[in-house]
Amino acid sequence: MDFASIIDAAFSNAFGPQAIVFALAAIGLNIHFGYTGLLNFGQAGFMAVGAYGLAVTVVKGDMPFWVGILVGCLMPILLALVLGVPTLRLRADYLAIVTIAAAEILRLVFGSVEMKSVFGGSNGLTGYNEVWNSLNPYSSGLDLGFASWGKNDLWSMTVGWTLVALFCLLTWALMRSPWGRVLRSIREDEDAVRSLGKNVFSYKMQALILGGFIGGVGGMFYAVKQASVVPSDYSTNLTFFAYTALLLGGAARVLGPVVGSMIFWFLISGLGEFFSQATSGVDPLFPNWFMTDIQASLVRYILMGLGLMLLMIFRPQGIFGDRREIAIDGR
Amino acid sequence: MAADTARATDPREALHGLANDPGVPKPDPIVIGDSITRTFGGLKAVDVDHIEIQRGVITALIGPNGAGKTTLFNLLTGFDVPNSGDWSFNGKPLAKVPAYKVARLGMVRTFQLTKVLSKLTVIENMRLGATGQLGEHFFPAIFKTLWRGQEDEVTARADELLARFKLDAKREDFAGSLSGGQRKLLEMARALMVNPDLIMLDEPMAGVNPALKQSLLGHVKSLRDEGRTVLFVEHDMDMVRDISDWVIVMAQGQIVAEGTPASVMADPRVIDAYLGAHHDTDLSELDEEALAEQVEAELEAEIEAEES
Repeated sequence: MDFASIIDAAFSNAFGPQAIVFALAAIGLNIHFGYTGLLNFGQAGFMAVGAYGLAVTVVKGDMPFWVGILVGCLMPILLALVLGVPTLRLRADYLAIVTIAAAEILRLVFGSVEMKSVFGGSNGLTGYNEVWNSLNPYSSGLDLGFASWGKNDLWSMTVGWTLVALFCLLTWALMRSPWGRVLRSIREDEDAVRSLGKNVFSYKMQALILGGFIGGVGGMFYAVKQASVVPSDYSTNLTFFAYTALLLGGAARVLGPVVGSMIFWFLISGLGEFFSQATSGVDPLFPNWFMTDIQASLVRYILMGLGLMLLMIFRPQGIFGDRREIAIDGR
Repeated sequence: MAADTARATDPREALHGLANDPGVPKPDPIVIGDSITRTFGGLKAVDVDHIEIQRGVITALIGPNGAGKTTLFNLLTGFDVPNSGDWSFNGKPLAKVPAYKVARLGMVRTFQLTKVLSKLTVIENMRLGATGQLGEHFFPAIFKTLWRGQEDEVTARADELLARFKLDAKREDFAGSLSGGQRKLLEMARALMVNPDLIMLDEPMAGVNPALKQSLLGHVKSLRDEGRTVLFVEHDMDMVRDISDWVIVMAQGQIVAEGTPASVMADPRVIDAYLGAHHDTDLSELDEEALAEQVEAELEAEIEAEES
């Protein structure tokens, strides 16, 4: 058993680009679900339109990288408008159904054979990353002993954590303001907010756009950090892993989604490495009749689900949440 | 009351001498409605030919359960859409105007089942009520310097109201931890943050203990005394008698009678539809006497049966 490599895997991923992707997705979900009470089950769709907006513009449209970034920023806003206009006037569960369906439709369209000339089919798109790589100031990777990253990862992390910090700052500034107060009130009871003269629909739309935009930026970051967009990367479990990260850290807290996704990746990577070591080699720690190496890669998700259940039972507010805000329920 | 009657221009005075007919025109109406109907399936929940609410007085809306009182509230405030009908508030037509715009125009309602925002503190509940806040717009919200001054003003006004409603000790508590009666108070105080001309209270006394009821009555009267119009739905006849200047009676979706409290409660149509013949007698005494007689008669019958 090589504990050093388990620790390295855990820490490298907890601070690495993958955690940043989930942190951005979860910050967006926190605006939707944590503060406004909007059940967006299609965050993967917002991320996908961000990523494909960038990739298609640069690869197929032959436009500069920065135009691609701009398009990638606009697409999730457009998606929020398209999804929000018909559903935000309805009860909360309709948004959940429409968003999860929209995300699946988008993923299937992006991967379809018919649209292969535009979206690249199931192989996706590559080759939009030259400007991104040329801006990389690092000439070598970094090895801290307990964690290590290559030079491309270091560059991604520099930009990525800056984005995370900026969006956290924005969330903090907005949620202490009267605007944030209206959102939190809508989460509690939208009729009460309406009776006090606030345009609830407009606020829900603003929240959907903001959270979707942050998710879209997360999708673009995903695209540039791994230099390709593939439709299978934006499947529904991306959304639900982001929710896991959010609930782990604590919803309706500025840093909840960030710490949540770091812990999520720490555990997923650490456990993954542990089980893969425990089932590999000539004389594995876990004998083959108990667990094979194929099963090993899945057991971590079972444990994650178990952990999430225990969390919801014993600490429903997450790590950062305020017990009082969860324990009191007027209804 | 003596001081009030001395004022000739009192809007309450103007109500005296009006006929007790449903939909009777008022001298200075703040709300005028015509042929408002709302059906649920085959049921006509509201079918009001004409309604006028006098400005500056307390009007009570009474009637049996299912008479359409709350539905009428919902229609007037934009929370529900009528099948037909027009109504105006302060001269502005309000049909098809969304609820939030109705509130901004100065017509604010509370709810039968109180809607406090449980996971916000009492003071945050209050602050939410203020209208026209710059900090409620997305971009200005990001920069605190832009809305700090207004927030201080809003907070000062909220604190005043909290003190008036004796909720100042609860300022930092989550609204979800308040008792039922305190929630009613908070909801009323929060509605006042909007600074409404007309405040519509849906069963303000339901589930409130007698001591708190007294202070609630005082608060409702003080709303009128500061020039606001009050319309409330209530089943508590003591309250209706005590504070209302005008009573509108609904039954089966229609207005069946209106008038001053005393005249309405003597109206045979109202007694028929809602109050019942014994509404003025003290029920407990009546019950005891009747029960005693009944028991006596039963005992006698038993004894007779045994003897025979």
